[in-house]
Amino acid sequence: MSAPVNHEPVLQRFPEVEWDEEFGTLIVPVAKAAEVATWLRDDESFRLDYCSNVTGIDYLDREFKEKIKNEEGKTETIIHKDPARMEVVYHLYSMEKRTGPLVMRQRLERDKPEAQSLTAVWRSCELQEREIFDLYGVNFSGHPDQRRILMWDEFEGHPMRKDYVEPFDYEWEPTPHDEILEKHQKGKVIF
Amino acid sequence: MTTPNTSPSVELDDTTRAELERAGVIVSKVDFLYNWARGGSVWPLTFGLACCAIEMIASATSRFDISRFGSEVFRPSPRQADLMIVSGTVTKKMAPQVVRIYNQMPEPKWVIAMGACAISGGPFKQGYNVLKGIDRYIPVDVYLPGCPPRPEAVLQSLNYLQEKIRTQDIQSDPAFTGGRRQYPVPKFTGTDLEPPYNPDVWQPPTNPNAPADEEQEKEATA
Amino acid sequence: MTAAAPNYELIQQDGLETSLLEVSMGPHHPSTHGVFRMDVKLDGETVVDLKPVFGYLHRNHEKLAENMSYLASMPFTDRLDYFNSMTNNWAYALAAEQLIEIEIPERAEYLRVIMSELTRLVNHVSLVGFFVNDLGALGTPLLYAFREREKILDLFEQASGARMMCNYFRFGGLRCDVPEGWLDRTREVVDRFPKFLDEYEKLLCENEIILSRTQGVGNLSKELAVSAGITGPMLRASGVNYDIRKVDRYGIYDRFQFQVPYSKGDVGDCYDRFMVRMLEMRESIKILNQALDGIEDGPIMGNAGKVFKPAKAESYGRVEAPKGELGFYLVADGTPKPYRFRVRPPSFINLTVLRDMCIGQQVADAVIILGSIDIVLGEVDR
Repeated sequence: MSAPVNHEPVLQRFPEVEWDEEFGTLIVPVAKAAEVATWLRDDESFRLDYCSNVTGIDYLDREFKEKIKNEEGKTETIIHKDPARMEVVYHLYSMEKRTGPLVMRQRLERDKPEAQSLTAVWRSCELQEREIFDLYGVNFSGHPDQRRILMWDEFEGHPMRKDYVEPFDYEWEPTPHDEILEKHQKGKVIF
Repeated sequence: MTTPNTSPSVELDDTTRAELERAGVIVSKVDFLYNWARGGSVWPLTFGLACCAIEMIASATSRFDISRFGSEVFRPSPRQADLMIVSGTVTKKMAPQVVRIYNQMPEPKWVIAMGACAISGGPFKQGYNVLKGIDRYIPVDVYLPGCPPRPEAVLQSLNYLQEKIRTQDIQSDPAFTGGRRQYPVPKFTGTDLEPPYNPDVWQPPTNPNAPADEEQEKEATA
Repeated sequence: MTAAAPNYELIQQDGLETSLLEVSMGPHHPSTHGVFRMDVKLDGETVVDLKPVFGYLHRNHEKLAENMSYLASMPFTDRLDYFNSMTNNWAYALAAEQLIEIEIPERAEYLRVIMSELTRLVNHVSLVGFFVNDLGALGTPLLYAFREREKILDLFEQASGARMMCNYFRFGGLRCDVPEGWLDRTREVVDRFPKFLDEYEKLLCENEIILSRTQGVGNLSKELAVSAGITGPMLRASGVNYDIRKVDRYGIYDRFQFQVPYSKGDVGDCYDRFMVRMLEMRESIKILNQALDGIEDGPIMGNAGKVFKPAKAESYGRVEAPKGELGFYLVADGTPKPYRFRVRPPSFINLTVLRDMCIGQQVADAVIILGSIDIVLGEVDR
């Protein structure tokens, strides 16, 4: 693996930026995203000139149950709440220094996801951000050409969202299995 | 040739036919001649959609050599092609173009649905953008299963098609009687294609064991 | 930032006014390597503007993968870049193996390298065939290329049971060991390959037509290439020495002696991209020879457990696929299904600069430029 990037200087330079220990990622406020990104690209100690991967993630409201043993030796169930949100994840590398990756996120509201486009900083975001706009419905302010990319222009909805409902076009199958079988049992099949 | 070289309008016994052939006279049906020529020179369309296209190309290369069966002339233009090999996944975004290309081909024209995806959607069937079989919009002559089918299978499907061509009757086959077959091109809507299938070509399969009351229920809700 | 289309004045000639012509190339076009569309604006034969249109092979790989178990996605990765199923498998296995701690046996690591370098040979040799096909040499070089490809596909078939969709890698190792005598047969193929390359180079590398059609066509500067995230041979043709096999040293690539061919200049054209691939094949043969010498008997599967159920974590695994950096980004949430499954497709991101390279070129050159990027639509649209 290539040498990891020390993220501490970013936190010192930009106090608004948070560090998520669990996933090892920088969380950048949307308003500051382009500024932080430009600095990461140009600063001598980072030189993260190569943005490899841009991804959207859609989180619904979820609950995690974790069982732990408390001091008395009894098992206790703790419920972690994971709030609904949308995230845009950037994987940054440095081609010059051969280091990386540094993971950076913009955390957005799920109902009205507004992110800042980093296409001006790294050109490689152009098509990938368009794809996130298409499949997740994240609006990138400052994107030069924000159109649907994979689906057709008339398409409504954002199919990669977790609550996307596909058009109902299942048909009867002689040998149903898995999801189709469930649909059969629920009677949601055209007979 | 698997089809016997006979014609019902000319009743000849085998000895007379053999004698005539020795004298340089062949008595046959026009159908036979036409089908023999057509089946021996099927020109496929250079039309690659996905993974299967590579195996289609491989079947044209020296190891498998589709020209042994008279089909090495891959034509890039649908106007010069007889055979459309739908080689790969047809997505909903691509389906209108496939129908349009089919419409542009002159008669007689044939379609081979190559690979699981072109037949039914294959492994990607549950995808929101994948068409569940190209036979929903255009008639398919040969289904060639596999993911992807081997080049040998492409050749075999071509043999099946040639067999089918040999049984064509010029006077009754739709390829010759109805003019150029054209099918309506589906349109994009907000969620899906409209119509989701062409009822003239394909009907959704029905469950022979469907409970009767459920059908009534469906009618009642509709 | 997309450069605005250059202000184009309509040419006035002899009192006649010409106007721009819009041509839609694709999705069914013999030169577009699949169902890719370019909306080209032409002034005569010169490309003034170009818009790539994607999505004609969008098979919802990511959505499907989020609804199935981790291992069930493995055969789907074969169908991303359908020339290189082995490297796709590896990238996915690498990402998944980061989620759990697992040791991969020595023999499996060697076989992974052998498979992936054979894949590189298959890809580059077919690419050169298709590239020359785009130039107008219909048939012959492609037939040569496919002749060699068949020999390697036979090896894949003997090892995995399938020619193209191998589905050979597993988390922690490989699905099955190679059959008896497979390594000897591989060595035969590898030994014979340089002879074919000599022939191929003699036929193509100094060919007058190839030189005049490709040199100075489709220029891509170093700065733009880095900024646009171009990877693989295309990046190295623009003068950046960056190969993930050397940078990340994933698997056991640190044990092999090989060089990374890259262009000396700051600007790469179609000829550079073509040459980098020709040279890379020679390096792959070097790696293959070393790997075939070093491989020993042993187990091929680590102790991965029956059910792959990683804890809450995320991982990004990347390999140097023949087309560039292929990465898989997985977000695990403690269930047997990935919460987010993302493919970082090299050929999709390499297309970012298609427009920049094509503007000002002839329309026939746009086809060559597209050919030199080396795209596979299964991966572009996923």
